Amino acid sequence: MLNQTETIAAIATAMNNSGIGIIRVSGSDSFDIIKKIFKPAREKDMSAVGSHTVHYGTIMDGETVVDEVLVLIMKGPHTYTREDTVEIDCHGGMYVLNKTLELVLKNGARAAEPGEFTKRAFLNGRIDLSQAEAVIDVINAENDFALSSALTQLKGSVSEKIKRERAILLEQIAYIEAALDDPEHIEMEGYGSTLLPIVRQCESDIDELLATANDGRIIKEGIKTVILGKPNVGKSSLLNALLGQDRAIVTDIAGTTRDALEESLRLNDVTLNIIDTAGIRNTDDIIEKIGVDKAKDYAQEADLVVFVVDTSRPLDDDDFEILNIIKDKKAIALFNKTDLALAADLDLIKARLNSVPVIETSITENVGLDLFAKTVREMFYNKEINFNDQVYITNARQKSALLSAKEALRKATESIEMDMPEDFYTIDLMDAYTYLGSVIGEAIEDDLADEIFAKFCMGK
Amino acid sequence: MSVVTEEYDVVIVGAGHAGCEAALASARLGLQTIMFTVSVDSIALMPCNPNIGGSSKGHLVRELDALGGEMGKNIDKTFIQSRMLNTSKGPAVHSLRAQADKQDYSRAMRKTLENTENLTIRQAEVAELIVEDGKIAGVKTFSKAEYRAKAVVLATGTYLKARCIYGDVCNYTGPNGLQAANHLSDSLVENGIPIRRFKTGTPARVDKRSIDFSKMQEQKGDTPIVPFSFSTDPATVQKEQVSCWLTYTSEETHKIIRDNIDRSPLFSGAIEGTGPRYCPSIEDKVVKFPDKPRHQIFVEPEGNYTNEMYLSGMSSSLPEDVQYAMYRTLPGLENVKIVRNAYAIEYDCINANDIKASLEFKSISGLFAAGQINGSSGYEEAAVQGFMAGVNAARKVQGKEPIILDRSQAYIGVLIDDLVTKENTEPYRMMTSRAEYRLLLRQDNADLRLTAIGHEIGLVSDERYEYVERKKQIIAEEVARIKQIPLGANKRTQEIVERYGSSPLNTGMTLDELIRRPELDYEKLKELDPEYKNLPQDIVDQINIEIKYEGYIVRQQKQVENFKRVERRKLSEDIDYKSISGLRIEAGQKLDKFKPLSIGQASRISGVSPADIAVLLVYLSKEGK
Repeated sequence: MLNQTETIAAIATAMNNSGIGIIRVSGSDSFDIIKKIFKPAREKDMSAVGSHTVHYGTIMDGETVVDEVLVLIMKGPHTYTREDTVEIDCHGGMYVLNKTLELVLKNGARAAEPGEFTKRAFLNGRIDLSQAEAVIDVINAENDFALSSALTQLKGSVSEKIKRERAILLEQIAYIEAALDDPEHIEMEGYGSTLLPIVRQCESDIDELLATANDGRIIKEGIKTVILGKPNVGKSSLLNALLGQDRAIVTDIAGTTRDALEESLRLNDVTLNIIDTAGIRNTDDIIEKIGVDKAKDYAQEADLVVFVVDTSRPLDDDDFEILNIIKDKKAIALFNKTDLALAADLDLIKARLNSVPVIETSITENVGLDLFAKTVREMFYNKEINFNDQVYITNARQKSALLSAKEALRKATESIEMDMPEDFYTIDLMDAYTYLGSVIGEAIEDDLADEIFAKFCMGK
Repeated sequence: MSVVTEEYDVVIVGAGHAGCEAALASARLGLQTIMFTVSVDSIALMPCNPNIGGSSKGHLVRELDALGGEMGKNIDKTFIQSRMLNTSKGPAVHSLRAQADKQDYSRAMRKTLENTENLTIRQAEVAELIVEDGKIAGVKTFSKAEYRAKAVVLATGTYLKARCIYGDVCNYTGPNGLQAANHLSDSLVENGIPIRRFKTGTPARVDKRSIDFSKMQEQKGDTPIVPFSFSTDPATVQKEQVSCWLTYTSEETHKIIRDNIDRSPLFSGAIEGTGPRYCPSIEDKVVKFPDKPRHQIFVEPEGNYTNEMYLSGMSSSLPEDVQYAMYRTLPGLENVKIVRNAYAIEYDCINANDIKASLEFKSISGLFAAGQINGSSGYEEAAVQGFMAGVNAARKVQGKEPIILDRSQAYIGVLIDDLVTKENTEPYRMMTSRAEYRLLLRQDNADLRLTAIGHEIGLVSDERYEYVERKKQIIAEEVARIKQIPLGANKRTQEIVERYGSSPLNTGMTLDELIRRPELDYEKLKELDPEYKNLPQDIVDQINIEIKYEGYIVRQQKQVENFKRVERRKLSEDIDYKSISGLRIEAGQKLDKFKPLSIGQASRISGVSPADIAVLLVYLSKEGK
């Protein structure tokens, strides 16, 4: 349906490896949303600033700094869409760009459909009439594209899983509705207690799907990779070796890299979005400590953790601290500096790495990097990879629909726990059903009536 | 040859539940109206179940009443048992249902009709439409009499080429052996209206004296009784009620049915019409739900002056001998005597996609259709369509715009939108799940939603309108006031809260927050309200509902706002969809066929995608529409 009143958001720049991107937000809630997530460098009321002004500051996720950004405030109707518009100019690379978009979505925007900004621009009379036919083509093309890419991406298990969840939900909705419609023939006393575990199961299945959606993202956008290791084990050297340029500051002084750097790079045909972190080390240096905590955070959200161990130094608590962090994560351990004399007790650490693959490297000598690339590829891909900048939008849309479905199920759970009457459950369950349908491009049509008649014997 | 020729403003064909409401609406709006029926004795006949209302149907009756229709008032005069269904559920699905004394119902409606100014009742079979230049000009009866009119409403129910069937017995009659109308559908076809065939059925009626009620469960009516009509004083309807009775089928019943299934015309192919899935015959239930060990059967009285009882849940078209055998397997019916056989009925109807939301035919100006001819089923569904068709026929004659209720305003809007927009392959029944904004479309607030529209139409008095406007205002003010009442977590508050088993307050809150708790309400907390007013119960109910379900209500109101935005974007009837570039061919054809009134309606047509809608929006802006 056409929800033109909703505020929409998307990454406006093409997805490439530049690490710089603009997030565009359009709609009446744009300024409210930016107020919630943006902290200007100089204290000011963001709702009182003038139109077409630029503001410097940070995107905040609660108390955590996500990125340093420039925010462009533009009031309608003098904007592309003629609606209130905000553009966030991010610098921190793919990871923070995605993170920022998710924050915008979490605070009230909906992921834009392909071509939706253009569509709004046209519908709000912004684009010249002579461009109308062109717009039609764009809309058609983009809709077709979105649909086909959504379907290809979801072919197989994910889509099957969503269909299964929908079938479960529909059966429950149909049962309740049949009972409401025909209370004398179909009994429903205390149905909440039957329904609750089913809804909870659906909720956790959707959580799994959200994780699976991440796999789809990996294919399309690259592997979110974090390099961990205590200071001066060769993390930045690894990044530079892979990039073939001196991006991170490499010194022999422990603690040089204080902030996370992010780079997108192609390793054969695999895209890695690498975050180089400050060396993990228990430290009293406040600034560095922030970097260390952040590194731990990044590691939690990473698809792959590369754990670099310096074999020329004895192992210490910091190494084992990292072992804790990478527990339950996909990881590769690099035993680095094999060109130097061995001083670490490698058996000790191997015993605790379980199934994590170990590669012996000498990064400065370019030894072991081919094997590293091969290992990454085998860990993540068996299939052909194709990269397309539109796909993220589709993904964000799907993810946002899955999150909405989850939220609807949460509300249903809440209603059940509050012992609301049964007819309230189906309002939320139907929402969840509809959101799940939008993930795989299925409309509702008359599913419900069909299900009721097929499964439940109505009276009269 | 000289024939009778008369002139009227509006002709109503049929005197069932649709025809009666259409005739009353049209005549009450001051138009010279004539209503035809094949039998004046069967006005407002209830040929199937003996009740009015029930889940979602009760909503329709309440809405009709608020708009100025008759059904609610008529059942209030003639019911013999009344129950509010689903009272343990949320207010949106509470539904009133009353058992009618069928004959009383029919007589009371006839009395109202016969005493309505501007209304003529005529017994005759309408056989032909008179269409001139694509406009309706009147009708001809079987006896060739001509009745010229500016608008005609077809409310033919199940009478068009009707056939009643059980076993290998087939009567070419309408329900209850009444004369079928065998000519009008040919005239419709000649005028380019395609006809299709639907089917429905009814159970046997049995003699009360042959039933052993001691083997059944008794089902009594409610006390106090809630009337259907908002203008009926509840005090006037509190009366002695009769009971209904519950019994069950058994494996034995099912075996008899299975053993004889080849003798059912439904399975042998003798019946070609499409029947409703929600109202299956007992043989359908047994075949489709083989795992169900038993089915509930309600034994309901047909009236105060007859011994006939209706066997709800057991409609059938099995042969007579099988009917006897299967009914007699039910506890209490071992020696039952059948008064009238169960039968299936097949009839001609139109595809409602050929009419507009105003219920006027797309291809013939001034011709309207309402009720079962549109592919719906049920007395209530028929009545509301009859009312809307009668109103719109009258307005057509008066040169006024039609009244169309949308999906966010009323179940009536949902019903008609579904009929005219969706592809319905079986008789359509109203269900609460069809209403996407059902939390707003409650039976308890039908007056608040629709009285103003009924007043605008001209069928609701000024007094009634002002009363409801005042009621709305009181509710709004009271809800706003309650939200401003702060309560401290003090001893007095805790005492009162604990009295109702509610947990003590941790911090101060406002009165509305406390009312929201399931175990508390407006009245229970009156001691905490310094300005508590003793308000009438219906107003108190509204206050409680608005406060308790506010979160959900606000959510649905937001959805309605979105819905209204697209619903407000009107589409002209003369758009040539096939010429719009960018529109897919299938969508173009569908839109051309449906001629939707708005972007919203267009988006609900199956086969029209969101991309097509975007193209339409572009086209509209380009054309400056």
